[in-house]
This record gives sequence, structure tokens and C-alpha cells, in this order.
Amino acid sequence: MAELRALVAVKRVIDFAVKIRVKPDKSGVATDGVKHSMNPFCEIAVEEAVRLKEKKLVKEVIAVSCGPAQCQETIRTALAMGADRGIHVEVPAAQAESLGPLQVARVLAKLAEKEKVDLLFLGKQAIDDDCNQTGQMTAGLLDWPQGTFASQVTLEGDKIKVEREIDGGLETLRLKLPSVVTADLRLNEPRYATLPNIMKAKKKKIEVIKPGDLGVDLTSKVSVISVEEPPQRLAGVKVETTEDLVAKLKEVGRI
Amino acid sequence: MLRCGSRRLGCLRAAFRSLTQTDHRSVTLCIDPSVGLNEEQKGFQKVAFDFAAREMAPNMAEWDQKELFPVDMMRKAAQLGFAGVYVQTDVGGSGLSRLDASVIFEALATGCTSTTAYMSIHNMCAWMIDSFGNEEQRHKFCPPLCTMEKFASYCLTEPGSGSDAASILTSAKRQGDHYILNGSKAFISGGGESDIYVVMCRTGGSGPKGISCIVVEKGTPGLSFGKKEKKVGWNSQPTRAVIFEDCAVPVANRIGSEGQGFLIAMKGLNGGRINVASCSLGAAHASILLTQEHLKVRKQFGAPLARNQQICNQAVQMHGGYGYLKDYAVQQYMRDARVHQILEGSNEVMRILISRSLLQD
Repeated sequence: MAELRALVAVKRVIDFAVKIRVKPDKSGVATDGVKHSMNPFCEIAVEEAVRLKEKKLVKEVIAVSCGPAQCQETIRTALAMGADRGIHVEVPAAQAESLGPLQVARVLAKLAEKEKVDLLFLGKQAIDDDCNQTGQMTAGLLDWPQGTFASQVTLEGDKIKVEREIDGGLETLRLKLPSVVTADLRLNEPRYATLPNIMKAKKKKIEVIKPGDLGVDLTSKVSVISVEEPPQRLAGVKVETTEDLVAKLKEVGRI
Repeated sequence: MLRCGSRRLGCLRAAFRSLTQTDHRSVTLCIDPSVGLNEEQKGFQKVAFDFAAREMAPNMAEWDQKELFPVDMMRKAAQLGFAGVYVQTDVGGSGLSRLDASVIFEALATGCTSTTAYMSIHNMCAWMIDSFGNEEQRHKFCPPLCTMEKFASYCLTEPGSGSDAASILTSAKRQGDHYILNGSKAFISGGGESDIYVVMCRTGGSGPKGISCIVVEKGTPGLSFGKKEKKVGWNSQPTRAVIFEDCAVPVANRIGSEGQGFLIAMKGLNGGRINVASCSLGAAHASILLTQEHLKVRKQFGAPLARNQQICNQAVQMHGGYGYLKDYAVQQYMRDARVHQILEGSNEVMRILISRSLLQD
């Protein structure tokens, strides 16, 4: 029976199906009253961790999320999928707006050490900011090896084999544990939580802590100046012949 | 989303009200339908929405057009606990409340209103056996219903009795340790496909007190089915007459005591109609989302319809001619939900019941 323990970080984001709207003051995207869910790549990360537990390769799966009270809903979803317990790093709503990958990475690094986990799973990126940095930064802070954009994960004793989807194709790495893995789309298809498991999740524990308890400073050196919609796509121009096309492209300085 | 112009919100509210005439809750339009639910309910709702979007919505048009009964999809849903939502856990159910079920069916109905409505009927039958059956019956019939290894149908309506349910004529004459059933039921959802028929029949004298509830299993000699009806909507579930000709059913299949059948039937429907109303809401929800999109895209008189205050009625109306075309999903929601005004207590009967309770002191 394995003694490995896994920490999975999950983020609460605006649901992928929602048509987002920019706030009139351009300070960000409207989030009040809008449907939120667990980031799809985080779901894949949770699924992978739970599958390893079901294969008896991992003993315990802990789900963690940073943010205001509503994050607990996201942690509960992870519990309903099979995580054993949760940790909510409580950050008040106003401060949560300036939470970026570096701040979250600092929190996760401290937690990974405190909980003495062997594996840290994350989604490759969040669908709201598309940063694709948190996993990498956390590995850097911990000085742990990282396997990002994972499309297949295999535990081999005290090592983990990670197949990565990269621009050139597939790259396979073998990492010594403890390590950080970020999940890409084709790693797995996450399960639906069943109604009985949602009820069971109610009884699982979620520990609430503050960033200060971990000795982490959340101040950000990044500030958002404005958020705007992309420019409206303008209609194109139709031309009759290839010669016309080339002439037009030259005219607008494209070639 | 809540910052959309008040004009557009007014249009959508009016559409929402007219779409939900079958439902007596007053609900203001929430873009986030999880407002007001507790944490578990939000969890159930999310699973149901996700399941509806991924497993049902992509197929609902095909199921409607080809009149397919989506057995595989429903069994998948059963694995998540959707087949016996308010059936007790000791016989395989999910042990949740009516409110939880309502939330779940409302969400599922955004994927396919017709199939969800059938699933709610199946749930109703499983509940009736769970609540009124003896231990033997509960443990025999409920587990396969909760996994949807077997499907159920509710048989009350007859050619001669719809709203006047107590006037049913299908007879069940006691002969030793069997009842011999004679008669026919009309408009039975799942008829011909279902394995378990929960049949209200007359074991005693006239009126409600002479009615009993008996489970008839498919394959019983004397049980046969009429032709599959061609319907305007609810096409993903077959509707047939269910015919009994000297059909011998063990007395052990009677649910509850003799004469209790009418009560059991009505209690089933009390929950059933809430589920049906929930399905209407789901259909309305989906229709509004579709309409929102259409209003932004469709231009007449040089401007998107969204800016045109005059067009404020039903979603199909808002789609104009397109709303009538089968290529547009909105008409299927309308067709499927239309029957909700008729069955499980017609609107007219419901108004009678409401006025009675309002006039009580």
C-alpha cells in the first residue's frame, strides 16, 4: 500500500459556457451573479489524483483553493469527485482580485512543505487569466522537478513518468518525487460526481487557514490598468482576381 | 450579466412569465440559477447541468426526430443517482428530497425536456413502490428501477377517464392468489418499452375507494400494447395504450392495501407534477438562453432585435419564422413543454385545486 500523498490545487472561475461581459468601469470582468465552476483543467488534475488513489498508488488526496468563501464550493466539488479532505486558504474578496500566479505559488509551496506531499497536481492554466504560470512557479519555489502539459502520468516507485504535449509532439520525462504535474486536456475525462458522493462530501473536512498562517505575503507588484473587449472584427474587402489581392495586400502594407 | 439594459431584462422577464404558465412559483429571472440553493443542491444542480449539456443537449433533436428512447443515456444518468432521486438508499435510491429532485429535473430538462419528463415519471413510480410497497416489493422492484436496468410506467388514464381519474374502469377480479385484469389504459408514457407497469385498477366498488395499485411486469400473458402514438412533442419517449385481457397478476404485486390505490396514485402525482413543472422551467431556461443569443444576432430594420421593445412574447415568437423550423432547438422546448399544461393534472384542474385552497379559511 503506497504512502504517497497528493495535493491538488483547484481554482474557482467563471463557467466556460458563460458569455462574459466587461464591467463599464473597465476594471475587470463582471462576476456578480454569474455562474462559476471549477476550472476545467483543475477538474482533470483532481480526476488524475483520484484515479491514482483508486489504483492504490496514492494514499491521500488533499484539495486546496485560495480565495473568498465561495471557494469552498469548488473544494466540495473536488471532495465529491473523491478527494479526501480540503484546505481553504481564505483571502477576502477585495484582496483576491489581485491574487496572481506568484502569490498562489507562494501559498502552494508553503502548503506542499507543511503537508509533506509527494505530488502537487494543478491544471495547466486557468481559463480566466490563461496565465499558465502557477505550476511552474511553485516548482521553482520548491525546487521540485515539474512535468507540465501532462497527457499521461505513470507512477514508477519513487519516480513519475510524465508524457507532455509540446509543440513538437510528445515529450516523455521521468521525474524524481516529490514533483509538480500540470494537467492538459487529454490527460483524462473527469467523472461526474454522483449524487451519493455529493452527499458523502458533506462529511469530509475542509480546513480554513489564512495566508498569514503560512507566513506568505500576498502583495502583488502587478496592477491591472484596464480590461477591455477585443476590437470589433471589421468586415473584409472582396476582390476579383489574384492580382487585385496582391495589390491590396501591398497597399495596406501587409506584404 | 445583471447589468444588461433594463429594456432587455423587461423583455426577458415577460417571456419568462408567459413561458412558465404551467408553474405556480414566482421566480425572477436569474442568470445564475443556483441562487438560493444550499451547497449540496448546488452540487446536484451542477452535475445535472453538466450531464444535460454533454450527454443530452447534443442529441435531443435526433431523439425527437427519430423518436428514439435513449436507454443508454438514461442508464448513464441512473449511475449518477438520477433514476431514484427520492427513493430511499436501502433499495438503491439517492435518498434526497422533493426539492432536490425538482432542482435536478429542472437542470436536466435544459438538455432534453422530453426525456427528463419521462425520467421524472420513472422516478415517481419507483417512489410509489418505495413508499407504499412492503419490504419484499421494495427490495424486488426498486433496485433494478434505481439502476434503470428496468424502466417503469405509470398507468392511470383510460380512454374514458382523464381528469376524472376516480372513474377508471380497468377491473382486477380476485381469483385465488391472483388478480385477473381486464381493461385498457391510454397515453401511457414508456408504454411498450417499460418493464414495470404501476397500474391503478378497480378491485372494489365504484369511486376512489374501490381502486388498488398493482405492479404488472412486461411479459405477463394478457398484457399487450397499442400502436405507438405520433405526438407533437415528448417524442423521445414512446406513448402507447396498455391493454389487459384476462391478465393474471399475483396478489403479491398489489402495492398497499385494497382500496388504497387512488391515494397512492394521487400522492405520486403530487410530486410528479412538481417535477413536470420543473421540466417546464428547465425548458424555459434553455429557451431564454437561446433567445438571448438570437435577439443579439437577428437584425430587422437595421438593428438587432434586442433593441426592439415591441417583440416581447414567447421565445418562439422572438425567433420569428426561424422559431418554427426544426433546425432551431427552441421549437422543441416549446413542443415538449406544451403537454405539461395538460397532463399530471391539467391546468384547469390545478386552478380548481388552487382556488379551493385559497377560499378555505
